Amino acid sequence: MSHPVLETRGLTIRFGGHVAVNAVSCRFEPGTLTAIVGPNGAGKTTYFNLISGQLPASAGQVLLHGEDVTRDAAPVRTRKGMGRAFQLTNLFPNLTVLENVRLAVQARAGMGLNLISMWNSHIELIDKAENFLARVALAERRTALASELSHGDQRKLEVALLLALEPDIFMFDEPTAGMSVDEVPVILDLISEIKQQKDKTVLLVEHKMDVVRSLADRIIVLHQGELVADGAPAEVIASPVVQEAYLGVPARG
Amino acid sequence: MIAGLLSGDAPRSRILSALLLAILVALALAPFLFPGTRPLDVAAKVCVFVLLVASYDLLLGYTGIVSFAHTMFFGIGGYGVAIALSRMEPGWGAIALGTVAAVALSLALSFLVGLFSLRVKAIFFAMITLAVASFFAILASQLSDFTGGEDGITFKVPELLRSRVATYYLVFGVALGLFLVLLRIVNSPFGRVLLAIRENEFRAEALGYRTVIYRTLANCLGAVVATLAGALYALWLRYTGPNTTLDFSIMIDILLMVVIGGMGTMYGAVIGAAIFVVAQNYLQEAMKAFSGAMQGIPLLPDLFHPDRWLLWLGVLFVLSVYYFPAGIVGQLRARKKA
Repeated sequence: MSHPVLETRGLTIRFGGHVAVNAVSCRFEPGTLTAIVGPNGAGKTTYFNLISGQLPASAGQVLLHGEDVTRDAAPVRTRKGMGRAFQLTNLFPNLTVLENVRLAVQARAGMGLNLISMWNSHIELIDKAENFLARVALAERRTALASELSHGDQRKLEVALLLALEPDIFMFDEPTAGMSVDEVPVILDLISEIKQQKDKTVLLVEHKMDVVRSLADRIIVLHQGELVADGAPAEVIASPVVQEAYLGVPARG
Repeated sequence: MIAGLLSGDAPRSRILSALLLAILVALALAPFLFPGTRPLDVAAKVCVFVLLVASYDLLLGYTGIVSFAHTMFFGIGGYGVAIALSRMEPGWGAIALGTVAAVALSLALSFLVGLFSLRVKAIFFAMITLAVASFFAILASQLSDFTGGEDGITFKVPELLRSRVATYYLVFGVALGLFLVLLRIVNSPFGRVLLAIRENEFRAEALGYRTVIYRTLANCLGAVVATLAGALYALWLRYTGPNTTLDFSIMIDILLMVVIGGMGTMYGAVIGAAIFVVAQNYLQEAMKAFSGAMQGIPLLPDLFHPDRWLLWLGVLFVLSVYYFPAGIVGQLRARKKA
């Protein structure tokens, strides 16, 4: 039997008495974009943090290609093919835009422990980094410091770092949050390009229902840390539990 | 060629280039430009401290590690050479053995300290290094059979090093070479990961860098270079004691030099060490002359009395940190950009 790319089994985290994510079991398949939706505080980002290893699970398992990675630290999971972009922009503020992406490219190339060669001498890595910058329409800002970018451009750089890792699993956490309307399509086009590659798996935490509708092949709904709905977009959005949990409309009957 | 030597990290400011070149020429020709024992002593001390401060910059400025154990490694180098030369035939073999043993000890210590404590928060790491360094300083003063206690160890050096000029060029050459090695390390792919860790460790982890490995390695590299600086200093002084290596005031001096010069720049170590060591040695005399010239004016001669030199050094520090938080190098580079 072939394994799903990614699977969580009974994944749980407790903060003191509060159960932020409660026994979430879910399988993710390649070539699919799964949107994770739910109201604020539903545990979406926490669920992401458990999958990518930023938080340790209290119970349950994370399986990557069938291999249990629950005990692996975040960098190990990254090198096994998980890539994560963050909701709150999380960059290297006093490095240039190009250096930010170069660090991701270099991580992918496994060259971090090279002490001898000159940083600038690896043309192929720089070319690659430039290429990823071009894909998020940031090539012109390559010499700016990350901290000098506008909020929207920082979001794009965040996405460029994820692209540069060339992961099997792309995890986007509200990639378009706070972007101006005209910047959003660049990112959405990129995400839909990624999902067209049959060997890539995309997880997307998103608040905007129009974005979810246009991109998602499948929606899962978290509510108070629990998985309450899972299915094709149209049916999930229409289901009473979602109407109540997500849109605040009380279910009838 | 020059770009390769500097690892592509040019000073990026005309004034800074001129300053660095002036310091390089002054140090390279010190025995001829400034005859006399004292100036050569100052020049050698500048060389040693450039190296020591640069190795500390690797930790503090590039990786964001606050360590107070740097003088411990400096001391290990000094004691390694001193113990070997005082107990064995004073030859190159003893120097090599003392240095290798000291480097090995520093590596082991820095590795252990790093492994056990670089996982914890920065403040705990700083406290642990402080504790280990204090412990080591006490150990050195208590094991007097071995280390000479508070008196330290005076020793003989090989024939060739009995010439001050030859010893000076050994110190200068090794310091310059190792400085260029450090410059290469911070400009390597590894060096960029260190910067990434300083900027945002969480994100560096998320990119797949196991930061504890990088921090431990940086800690070990810094320790080894500090050890070698200590060995050079011992060879220059023909003496090693607690006051020349392990004293906490030296740790403070290193911190000040790195901050004044500019953290995370490497060149800041050169500028910081040169200014600081020269000020330490000549500020008193300058003040004496100044105080003499002010005779007859009330208050001023007292204020500039040579005994107040530490006060004025303190004022200089406060002003420089206040006005140039990025250090001299940072300031010069920023000005060029604007």
